[in-house]
Amino acid sequence: MFPPISNIFKLTRGTGAPRRFQDNLVIFLFLLPAIVLFLLFVVYPILQSIYYSLFNWKGFGPAVDFVGLENFKNILTDKVFMIALRNGFLIIALSLFVQLPLSLALAILVGRDLPGRVIFRTIFFLPYVLSEVIAALMWLFILNPDPERGFINAVIELLGGDSQAWLGNTDLVLLAIFAALTWKYFGYHMLLFMTGLQNIPTEVEEAGRIDGANSFQNFIYITLPLLGSTIRTSVYLSVLGSIQQFILVWIMTRGGPVNASETMATYMYRFGFVRFQLGYGSAVAIYMFLLCLIFSLIYQRMTRQPDYLTGL
Amino acid sequence: MSRKIYTILSLLLVAAFALSACGGGATQAPAEPAATDAPAQPAATDAPAATDAPAEKVTVTWWHISTAEEHKAVWQKLADEYMAAHPNVNVEITVLENEAFKTKLTTVMQSGEPPDIFQSWGGGVMNEYANAGLLKDITADLDADGGAWRDTFAPGALGVYAYKGQSYGVPWDMGMIGFWYNKELFAQAGIDAPPTTWTELLDDVKALKAAGITPIALGEGDKWPGMHMWAYLVTRLGGQANFEGALLRTGSFTDEPFVKAGVMLQELVALEPFQDGFLGATYGDEATAMGNGKAAMELMGQWAPAVQKDNSEDKLGIGDNLGWFPFPMVEGGVGDPGDAVGGGNGFAIGKNASPEAIDFVKFLTTAEAQQALVAINVAIPVVKGGEVGMSDPLMITLQQSLANAKYFQLYYDQALPPAMGSVINDSVQGVFAGTLTPEQAAQAIEDSAAQELK
Repeated sequence: MFPPISNIFKLTRGTGAPRRFQDNLVIFLFLLPAIVLFLLFVVYPILQSIYYSLFNWKGFGPAVDFVGLENFKNILTDKVFMIALRNGFLIIALSLFVQLPLSLALAILVGRDLPGRVIFRTIFFLPYVLSEVIAALMWLFILNPDPERGFINAVIELLGGDSQAWLGNTDLVLLAIFAALTWKYFGYHMLLFMTGLQNIPTEVEEAGRIDGANSFQNFIYITLPLLGSTIRTSVYLSVLGSIQQFILVWIMTRGGPVNASETMATYMYRFGFVRFQLGYGSAVAIYMFLLCLIFSLIYQRMTRQPDYLTGL
Repeated sequence: MSRKIYTILSLLLVAAFALSACGGGATQAPAEPAATDAPAQPAATDAPAATDAPAEKVTVTWWHISTAEEHKAVWQKLADEYMAAHPNVNVEITVLENEAFKTKLTTVMQSGEPPDIFQSWGGGVMNEYANAGLLKDITADLDADGGAWRDTFAPGALGVYAYKGQSYGVPWDMGMIGFWYNKELFAQAGIDAPPTTWTELLDDVKALKAAGITPIALGEGDKWPGMHMWAYLVTRLGGQANFEGALLRTGSFTDEPFVKAGVMLQELVALEPFQDGFLGATYGDEATAMGNGKAAMELMGQWAPAVQKDNSEDKLGIGDNLGWFPFPMVEGGVGDPGDAVGGGNGFAIGKNASPEAIDFVKFLTTAEAQQALVAINVAIPVVKGGEVGMSDPLMITLQQSLANAKYFQLYYDQALPPAMGSVINDSVQGVFAGTLTPEQAAQAIEDSAAQELK
């Protein structure tokens, strides 16, 4: 029934259904540790959060005060959560339209064959290596309202301007935090873009140039499209990172003054771990989870076109 | 060859994983009591626990947050002395930084395994733990021998660690909040005596401003420093009855003193007495401003001088220029001008604590132990006889002020459930920022009280 050549394989392994079973078993066994860890540390906590979000629960002993969807309703009517949501979208918008273009520009600059580019590449990437806590503390010093202590205010005074209470002013605080965020993360996106740029064959750009495209046209019609998949990854990471932003904000302002720099994560932390309202905090976490999930699904559907270079 | 190595490595990994999985509950091997030069303590302190003969080894777990070298050393020495006198007891100390402690404690509390002895500030947070059955009721131990142990404490301080008539811990330090001021800057502004009334305080603020001096340093980004100002105003305006009424729900947090305190705070804020950017400043910034002589006063607890020194450029603070005066009386307020808002440190007893653990806490709160803390200026004693050796005149003034207080108001953010404490902090910050009216702030607090104080 089988062509004779298959006999060679038959010597070592079975064929047909038993073999498929065997293969699947091997795959399953290899995946098992990962699946167990995933279920234990990702799926189980999510289910637990969903369960707790239905209770008014302080975190000690079993949850007994069942309140149904009350927590979810209260969150949506809380003005502070709305501020947190608005701030989240603001940070996303600023990240996409300021931080990423900046990273791309720098990636192109240090990707060129310029003298000293390795040094600059390292310098630009350094902030990302720092711990977020250290970065936050550093920016606290830099933004200190006292011009004798705060670097930025010292420079402003030197130039004849008025010093600003960056973190004490409800109008400025989010911008100040965004500056710190950009400083912390542009190097990371720059690195992603640089890798993307290295994958673009120089022949394509060369061909473009021979055909008479100038640098700008080359960038718009060749570099950008070929960077597509990298940009998609960058945007994806940037949006999810913005939604979950916590450490930097918490250390620099604790979401203040008066909630002006609240993010969803600081809001969740405040209720979960400062106010011990773990049920309510869990409900906030569920909202954040849903937001990330919905974004991921829509985004992946939207950006499903194949990559120019790899066809994937 | 390399395959063999891989096999061994993976086996090791599996073994390590399996071991760490089941090793969670294991404790460290008991270290031998290190004390060699520790004099055996008089037998007065070791009462019921220390039985004769080869008693079973008992481990006492103790978490404290005294990270400063000198202070840590005193605790260690006391533990060593105790272990030398009680060879069957092994005290296992875990030193944690304040914030790390809170996080770690929350986690072990949720798993229902509190340490035997741990840092506590009493009040609302402790009450939550007590409610959840995570603490040990030590009332009987305090009352044993005709209340011998209980009588050593200042009653107000001990009361902070009682909930519904039962004690779950003991204090080792209790202080109060008051104004720390820079005498030199006051003199520069032509002020010869610290203010005794709220009106005088406002006048002094104006005088300081006129002299180009920042009157008050405030780290309102951290919220609690400004909250104490509001709490003091409420205490001066309404006194004990007002707060207890609101707490026991016969009154409300929208009662007049709570609202009026906000109005008076607004009057103060309108004078712009704080340093630039105070809304985003931390307590560290506040202490820095004071320690470097950049602001004339701050409203803070007994730890303020030490923190000012630590945060100043020369690590010396403002030295003898530092003065202290109690929160001024408020005209028309029904609270006694001597009433104190404050709090302190203590040890709570976990539910699994052995009799040895309680005996050890007894040992930690003797007059001698208190004197050891007083000698290095890290505590205001709460045990009779502990004040012997207090040398800092400011601390003595503060301690006497506290001793004379007819009513002791524990910090609001400690006295009330954590959720309410956080709401009060947030709401008062709103009053400082001008985004909430005093009425709105009081209402927000009352809404939280309606939820939390059922």
